[in-house]
Amino acid sequence: MARHTLSVLVEDQPGVLARIAALFSRRGFNIESLAVGRTETEGVSRMTIVVNVDELRLEQVTKQLNKLINVLKIVELDVENSVQREIVLIKVRADDSTRSSIIETVALFRAKVVDVAPDALTIEATGAADKLDALMRMLEPFGIRELVQSGMVAVSRGGRAIGERAVRPADRSA
Amino acid sequence: MTDQITGAQSLIRSLEAAGVDTIFGIPGGAILPAYDPLMDSRQIRHILVRHEQAGGHAAEGYALATGRVGVCMATSGPGATNLVTPIADAHMDSVPMVAITGQVPSAAIGTDAFQEADIRGITMPITKHNYLVTNADDIPRAVAEAFHIASTGRPGPVLVDVSKDALQAMTTFTWPESINLPGYKPTTRPHAKQVREAARLILDSKRPVLYVGGGVIKAGASPELRRLAELTGIPVVTTLMARGAFPDSHPQHLGMPGMHGSVAAVGALQKSDLLIALGTRFDDRVTGHLPSFAPEALIIHADIDPAEISKNRAADVPIVGDAREVIADLIAVLETEQAAGRVGDYESWIALMAGMKATYPLGYDIPADGSLSPQYVIERLGDISGPDSIYAAGVGQHQMWAAQFIKYERPGTWLNSGGLGTMGFAVPAAMGAKVGAPDRVVWAVDGDGCFQMTNQELATCTINEIPIKVALINNSSLGMVRQWQTLFYNERYSNTDLQSHSFPDFVKLADAYGCHGLRCDSADQVDVTIEKALSLNDAPVVIDFQVHKDAMVWPMVAAGTSNDEIKIARDLAPSWYTED
Repeated sequence: MARHTLSVLVEDQPGVLARIAALFSRRGFNIESLAVGRTETEGVSRMTIVVNVDELRLEQVTKQLNKLINVLKIVELDVENSVQREIVLIKVRADDSTRSSIIETVALFRAKVVDVAPDALTIEATGAADKLDALMRMLEPFGIRELVQSGMVAVSRGGRAIGERAVRPADRSA
Repeated sequence: MTDQITGAQSLIRSLEAAGVDTIFGIPGGAILPAYDPLMDSRQIRHILVRHEQAGGHAAEGYALATGRVGVCMATSGPGATNLVTPIADAHMDSVPMVAITGQVPSAAIGTDAFQEADIRGITMPITKHNYLVTNADDIPRAVAEAFHIASTGRPGPVLVDVSKDALQAMTTFTWPESINLPGYKPTTRPHAKQVREAARLILDSKRPVLYVGGGVIKAGASPELRRLAELTGIPVVTTLMARGAFPDSHPQHLGMPGMHGSVAAVGALQKSDLLIALGTRFDDRVTGHLPSFAPEALIIHADIDPAEISKNRAADVPIVGDAREVIADLIAVLETEQAAGRVGDYESWIALMAGMKATYPLGYDIPADGSLSPQYVIERLGDISGPDSIYAAGVGQHQMWAAQFIKYERPGTWLNSGGLGTMGFAVPAAMGAKVGAPDRVVWAVDGDGCFQMTNQELATCTINEIPIKVALINNSSLGMVRQWQTLFYNERYSNTDLQSHSFPDFVKLADAYGCHGLRCDSADQVDVTIEKALSLNDAPVVIDFQVHKDAMVWPMVAAGTSNDEIKIARDLAPSWYTED
C-alpha cells in the first residue's frame, strides 16, 4: 500500500462529484483526501484525489474512473515531481502567558495568525502534509480547540500543463 | 424558424430519429405528457406491459435477439424504481438499453414530492451513464448521446430522466449531427504489437484453450471465432453468456466452463498453459477459487473494456479492442506464421481433451419413481424445437440445464440473466425477443419460482399477439436453493417448498390469460406435448412440466472452492486429476 495522488479532469456537470465518490465507495477504495475546483478551462473541473492503495488496485481504480463519461483525463502526480499543498485553519487556546510562544511557533512554520481573541488565536498554514502535521504537533500542547483542513491540491513541476501530458500507461492496457 | 413543439413531442421525435421501433412501458403522472405524442407515432410501437420490471427485461430480450438498443419507459418514483432490477441486469450483462423515465417537475425536485425518487442517483452505479433533463432544449442531445453510449464500446444501459415541466415546455427540435463526448472514446482497434505477442504465445503454447465470453456474441464475432478455432485446432469453451457463440456440435467445443460446467471444459482451463480469453471477465462462477484457477496458464485477455483486463486475473498479454477485430487480426498474423511454416503443436492436448469429453459427457439419472426428469424435458425441447429457436431462461436449476442440454448452434439463441441472476427474467425477455424476432420460435424455459415473479406478462403477450411458448420446469420448489440445502444445509429445506404442483394450477392460469395451457408429467408424453405446443401459434402456450424435485445440477464446483474440486455427482470426482 502506498499513497497516490490522482489529478482528475472532469466535465463540470451536475452529479459528477457524486459519480466519482460513489465509484470509490462501491468498488471499496478509500479516499484519503479529495479537493475539487475550477481550472483554466471553462466547463472543466479538476479533482485532486489521494488514495492509499497498492499498484494493482490503483490501476483498477484509474480504469474504473476512466469509464465515467464525464471524466476527461487522469494523471498520477508523484511526490518528487509535483507541488502538493493543503491548507489548515487551527484555533488554538491562548492567554497572556502562551500567546507569544504560539506566535513564535507560527513564525517558524511560516504560517500566519488570521484571527485574535482574548482566549484564542486562529492560525492559517499551507504546505505539504508533513509540514502541517509537524505544526499541529507543536501546537497541540497549547490546546487545539478547532481544526479544519482542506483536501490536497497538487500540480506538476515544470512548464507542461496537465492537458498536454500523456495519460498514464496504466490507463490503457495495450 | 423551426416549429415550436413541446418537450414531449421532441422526446418522441428524438426516439424516432434514434431508430426506435418498439418501446416497452407503462404511463403514469410524470411521463404522461410523452404518452400523448407517442400515440401518434407511426414508427414506434408501444407495448403496454403489466409491470415496469418486465418492461425492462423485455427491452433486454429485444436487444439480445436483435442486437439493437432495447427501450423501456416508465413514470417517476415507483415506475422508475421498478426499472432498477432490469437496469442492473443489463449493466451486469452488457445489454444495450435506454430507459426513459418521467420525473416530477423541476421545481418540485428535492422536496419529496408525490412519486418523486432520485432515479438518476439511484441508478448511477448500475448504468453506463445517466441523465436528468430539466430543460426541453436538451432532450434531443441527451437521447442521441444515450443511444450512442448504450450501443458502442462495451454496451450497457443508459437512463434518461426527464422532468415533467421539460416535457410540457415549448422547444424546437434539432437532432444533433454529431456526438461530442470528449470523455468517451472506446478503443475498438487492437494494438498490433499486442496481437503479434498473443500470436507468439499461441504458437509457443502446448495446451491452449479459447476461453470465450459474451463479448464475442456482442461483437458479432462468431464467424471469426470459428475461423480462428479451425485454423489452429485449439479447443473452445463457451461461458454461460457465450452459449451459441461457437456451435455445440463442433468437435473442438468442450462445452461450458464454471460452477456447472462440463468436466472437459473445467478441466481444460485448469490444465491449460495458455488461456486465450475473448470478451470474458473471469467471473467467480467460472474461476471458482481464484488463486487456484488455471494455475499453469499464461493469459491473453482481449476485452473492449480495459477495466476488465487484469481485474481478477493478471493478464500476460492484455489486448483492448472489439472481439471481432481482435480475432480477425489474430487470424491474419497466424495465417502469415502458418505460411512460413510456423504452427502450434497441440496434438496430444487435443487428443487428451477429446478423451475427456468422451469420458465425461453431461448426463443425468432418470428418477426411479417414474416421475419426470427435468433434464430429459429440456433435452427433448432443444432436440425437437431445434437450434433456430430462441431460448430465454430464468435463473436456477432450469437455467443451468437449459445451458447444458439444449444444443446451441448460432449466437443470439440463448438469452439469460448471467451476472445479476435475476429470477423472473424468462417470460418478459422471451416477450421482448419475440417482438424483435417475430418469425422465430421463442421459448421461455422457466422455473415455477421464476415464473410466478413475472407471469403477469402473459396478458401482455396474449393481447399484443406475441405468441411466446413457456416450458415451465415445475419441480414445486426453489430448486437451486433446495439443491444447496441438500448439499450444504443437511437437507433442511427451509422455505423452498412452493407447492406449485398444486397451487396455482398453471393450466388454469394460462387459460385465464388467454393462453393455451398444457400439462405433462410423464416421459412418454414429453415429445407429443412439445410438438403440440409448436403447432399452436395463435396465442402463447404454457406447458406445465411437473418434474421430479430431487434432481440436481451436475457437475458442480461448490462456491468458493477450487475448480479442481469439481464433482460429477454427489461425492463423486472425475478421475481426470489423478491420472494426469
